[in-house]
Amino acid sequence: MNGVRTRFTVPQRLLHWLMAICILAMLFIGVGMVSTVMPKYLTLVSIHKPLGIAILVLALIRLAVRLRYGAPSLPVDLPAPMKLAAHLSHYSFYALMIGIPLIGWGMLSAAAYPILLFGGVHLPAILPQSDSLHALLWNAHFYLAFAFFALILLHVAAALFHALIRRDGVFEAMASVSGHGGVAPSE
Amino acid sequence: MLQPHQPPARYALGFLVLIAIVVGASAAAFAYTAGWFSPQRLTPDKIVDALTPPGVDVLGHRRNHAKGICFTGVFEANGAGSALSKAQVFTRGQYPALGRFNLATPNPNAADATVRVRGFGLRISTPDGQQWRMAMIDPPVFPVSTPQAFYDLLLASGSKDPDAMKTFAGAHPEIAAFGGWAKTAPWTGSYAEERFNSLDSFIFTDGSGAEHAVRWSLVPAAQPVPVATADLAKRGPDFLEQEITDRVHTAPQHWTMVVTVANPGDPTADPSKAWPEDRRTVDVGTLTVQQIEAEPDGPCRDINFDPTVLPAGIRTSDDPFPAARSSAYAKSYDRRTAEAKDYPRTTTGAKP
Repeated sequence: MNGVRTRFTVPQRLLHWLMAICILAMLFIGVGMVSTVMPKYLTLVSIHKPLGIAILVLALIRLAVRLRYGAPSLPVDLPAPMKLAAHLSHYSFYALMIGIPLIGWGMLSAAAYPILLFGGVHLPAILPQSDSLHALLWNAHFYLAFAFFALILLHVAAALFHALIRRDGVFEAMASVSGHGGVAPSE
Repeated sequence: MLQPHQPPARYALGFLVLIAIVVGASAAAFAYTAGWFSPQRLTPDKIVDALTPPGVDVLGHRRNHAKGICFTGVFEANGAGSALSKAQVFTRGQYPALGRFNLATPNPNAADATVRVRGFGLRISTPDGQQWRMAMIDPPVFPVSTPQAFYDLLLASGSKDPDAMKTFAGAHPEIAAFGGWAKTAPWTGSYAEERFNSLDSFIFTDGSGAEHAVRWSLVPAAQPVPVATADLAKRGPDFLEQEITDRVHTAPQHWTMVVTVANPGDPTADPSKAWPEDRRTVDVGTLTVQQIEAEPDGPCRDINFDPTVLPAGIRTSDDPFPAARSSAYAKSYDRRTAEAKDYPRTTTGAKP
């Protein structure tokens, strides 16, 4: 393929939308569970932990796919600050998708909680028990999650801006349902 | 490149408004989920705040059952519990135990004779990597039926209104059973003479998949010796901690773990209601406390005795308290670990 790809590859688009659902669910479960004492607290926590690990695994796969296939170029006429913002936001998304689950895992490890997934499957502790580490990681987990949600709102706003106002193909690069890679002939 | 087909300016404003609506609605849904529009929602922060007495330095300590002392020991299962639960902890054998004798007060410096309810946190670990954590107390029933009522009790007992407790008891008649125990049950001079009860109901699942609603107790081997409260008040403020330290130094102390199995229809959702005396009980093993360690450097200090940390074969029931306790204990843990510098470790091996 010598052409310039205008869309993300099918695996990339699938991963994006699957993870979008997982991450939004995760963030809503997270803020919901820490604000209730009702029995649903336990249900939400029991989803939060394995879903977090699932997001970590998916994010690592996605990073590998991204490194292998790259991303379509941004429109040449996109103003430089918007290009910079797009690139920075992508770096931030990867850092948060991988970092927040790891921080959560580390936080539970530092508190000596068992890290239970489905059906009695346990993950090992990745940090020694430590009150100071727990406090640090708890704060990081909490505030980064809000930062993540804010970044998602910006991302949605930018995506809709591309789709509705600029109409420059950036939205379609990820939102297209077509099976092929949208390869344009080389110019 | 796709050709841009930018909308006429008169539509662009509409699209910008649409984008603002999508983003704003998403943010609002998030805030709603977080409870920011629901001031009535009972949150773990509210419970923990209500537990914190004004003017008492609690930083670095548990927000309830703040005064305590660590122990280590062993749980020796006799195998009888395997008929009720497939958890490895009931298979005949010895499993390491870690726990904490404590007083049900948010004041870490309370005088021992001033606290009516005594508690027992316990963690048993099994070779399959699972843990059973529990936090038990010595009354035979819990004061109230629901977490909301517990919160209301905290507010009433901290209220300046002289009639607050009377009003509360009128609305929550279930508190009479606990009140009767508090007034009439004899006090003892030792943690080793106390019977500690789960009060909450849990579900055991046996090897065939059958489920059994249960509560459990740790029944002391030591004979309880009643002591008049006036006599206890003359002992030092930490007499319970000194007594258990000396006692365990002399000889390990034992409790039998007794599991009580509900009959169909017994109230599993309400720990303020005792089950009838004739319910089937199964002695599942013996807990032995072998060593006492002071809390500041002790192994129980940074353990959260969250009663929902359960091995496969034990799960929560329709009792709403374990979830509420888990949620509030986690909040207490998050706060106190962030305040660790205010509760210094004492020995040379202290962590920074």
